[in-house]
Amino acid sequence: MQSVCVDAVMLESRAAELAGRSIKGETKRAWIDLAISCIDLTTLEGRDSPGRVRSLCAKARAPLPGSDAPPVAAVCVYPNFVRIARDALAGSSVRIASVATSFPAGQAGLSVKLADTEQALEAGADEIDMVIDRGAFLSGDERCVATEIAAVKERCADRHLKVILETGELGSYTAIRRACDLALEAGADTIKSSTGKIGINATFPTALAMCEALAAFFRRTGLRRGLKLAGGIRTTKQALGYLAILNETLPPQWMDPYSFRFGASGLLDDLLLQRERLRTGHYTRPERIPKD
Amino acid sequence: MSSFAYAPAPESVRPVIRSEYGLFIGGKWVAPQSGRYYESIDPARETVIAGIAHGDSEDVARAVRSARKAYERWWAPMKPSSRAKYIFRIARAITERSREIAVLESIDGGKPIREARDFDVPTAAAHFFYHAGWADKLEWIARAGQMPQPLGLCGAIVPWNFPLLMAAWKIAPALACGNTIVLKPAETTPLTALLLAQIAQDADLPPGVLNVVTGDETTGAAVVAQSNLDKLAFTGSTEVGREIARALVGRKTRLTLELGGKAAHILFADAPLDQAIEGVVRGIYFNQGHVCCAGSRLLVEESILDEVVDRLQQRIDRLRVGDPLDKNTDIGAINSRAQLDKIDELVRSGVEQGATLRQQRCDLPEQGYFYRASFFTNVESSHRIAREEIFGPVLAVMTFRTPDEAIEKANDTPYGLSAGVWTERGSKNMAVAQQLKAGVVWCNTFNRFDPSSPFGGFRESGFGREGGVHGLREYLA
Repeated sequence: MQSVCVDAVMLESRAAELAGRSIKGETKRAWIDLAISCIDLTTLEGRDSPGRVRSLCAKARAPLPGSDAPPVAAVCVYPNFVRIARDALAGSSVRIASVATSFPAGQAGLSVKLADTEQALEAGADEIDMVIDRGAFLSGDERCVATEIAAVKERCADRHLKVILETGELGSYTAIRRACDLALEAGADTIKSSTGKIGINATFPTALAMCEALAAFFRRTGLRRGLKLAGGIRTTKQALGYLAILNETLPPQWMDPYSFRFGASGLLDDLLLQRERLRTGHYTRPERIPKD
Repeated sequence: MSSFAYAPAPESVRPVIRSEYGLFIGGKWVAPQSGRYYESIDPARETVIAGIAHGDSEDVARAVRSARKAYERWWAPMKPSSRAKYIFRIARAITERSREIAVLESIDGGKPIREARDFDVPTAAAHFFYHAGWADKLEWIARAGQMPQPLGLCGAIVPWNFPLLMAAWKIAPALACGNTIVLKPAETTPLTALLLAQIAQDADLPPGVLNVVTGDETTGAAVVAQSNLDKLAFTGSTEVGREIARALVGRKTRLTLELGGKAAHILFADAPLDQAIEGVVRGIYFNQGHVCCAGSRLLVEESILDEVVDRLQQRIDRLRVGDPLDKNTDIGAINSRAQLDKIDELVRSGVEQGATLRQQRCDLPEQGYFYRASFFTNVESSHRIAREEIFGPVLAVMTFRTPDEAIEKANDTPYGLSAGVWTERGSKNMAVAQQLKAGVVWCNTFNRFDPSSPFGGFRESGFGREGGVHGLREYLA
């Protein structure tokens, strides 16, 4: 696999330029709805409870009761809540994503990771969000990383596998690009930036570097692989910036929940707030948007 | 509408534009002695923006007299730290009025508002801030044991591609060093220079320290003809630069010329390609290619030519050409009908001489002077498009096999203003950069500017430097 280097200065400059696009009028309206329909509504807390997961699912199906806001793409939970989500989402278009493989650190043997994955799949997860072994990647053991991804993908079969690279731990854009290429080669359906559990999450330049990896993979193989950005994405302005990066780096079919996701929880509320503002011409009180 | 088109995002600020502008001489707005005015045209709409005074040699002489008086009476005797305060005040005013200035620059010259807002105006302000800081510290760059002395009276003639910024490049160091100045803006883009004069007036700059005389090339020639100029700074075409140099022979006037260019952008196979493509695009299509240091010759290592050509075509298809005042516009309007004709003529010569033309696939606005982002493949070094400065969004792509061949081809030009090198290997980057005959060499980036960094050319790109310590020395005795 050819090694691709990434120049930080120009990458960051270009990302800032794209994220600064002025998204107005019809485009803003359409992109806010697109952003809502691309959300993996997430709860990954130690204090998660069945009740919390159920209310998350209710919000995922109908984000703002009484409005025509579209449902989100998926909910994302720990494996032990997949069954509860399954019941709560029955009959809706919302998919169930589960983190697996010793999320978020990935510090376990392959057998444990596979068992974790199998539990989620058996409980009915449509999508698996796995973490790569960053320790192995940073030590140069790329084969170990690729083998694990391939093994998890084998268990997933036709179900969607997202591979979390935890870009904030990889140290450079060139390493991020390398991890993207490695994951795509090993069979990832989607590459995902972050767990949301460390200090550095998705950033505009990281998103651009990942889009460029997807574009290169598409040019080479003709295969359309997805992107998921997660962690710290809370505002509509951020979301529109990321969509502009996606829009100007990849072919148009990527602007779709099949190929693009936001892993977020708070973002949905701000999107709904902005959506209401566009609809009514004024800001609604944040309290009018249900928290869960 | 293609799927990645954006809804219109027009800049909403509308600056106050007077219907007629006089000359700014001796701290006052005065009518031209001839009573003649000409029209400044919005190149994106082909409409008249305002009437501009046509200064003639008598007006210029008047401006020079008031600048001389201001030099002797106020500016030279003033404490350097007081001069710094005025320059700082101008810098602050530019920052405070940045949005208005950016819109004016975009309307008058046709450049995208995004570039005027993110590049021209902040960089111009940065030049004033930088030089305000130097005004009372000049002894640090003088020869040992000497106190730095101003030259006296400076003439400045600036082009239409970066009207405000080029004016700032000349005014800021001139004032910081204790000189007074007569500025002659380009015929097609006088508005921001006139606004700058307004700002200077609002800042209580002593009358005559900065004078602005608008007009056409005869006005410029009248500035050059003033026999008591101590210094002349010119940015513009090599052709005019040569005439100026000729006119100044045997005179005591010091001269700096920043002229044309035909920069080589060298792209090695081991470059960070995604970013390099971006750099190439910015290098040539920034400001519609109206950039003297534009990377207008792309030298690609042969092994990656096909990929680079495909990627370039894909990339330029996504550039948005259109209303300069839309915040998402990437390529605005060509500055004038005459420039549009010149670009068109040179592109046709490229096709006739056998190069392959590739253009952006897009619609152009029905009104205004617009040109598609273009590049040529199969270009020979002898083609006109590889030798002459097009000053438009047109790139000539050529290939090389070894670093030596790249260097040879890059230097095969009468110009020597700028160059770019893209390779991830630092040693190769430095080795190649050292052998390029260009005033500025950008490594793994392009078109980066900072007031502290000197800028200027070799050979037919001129002489003298602007910016940094080197630039200051051009304004000191």
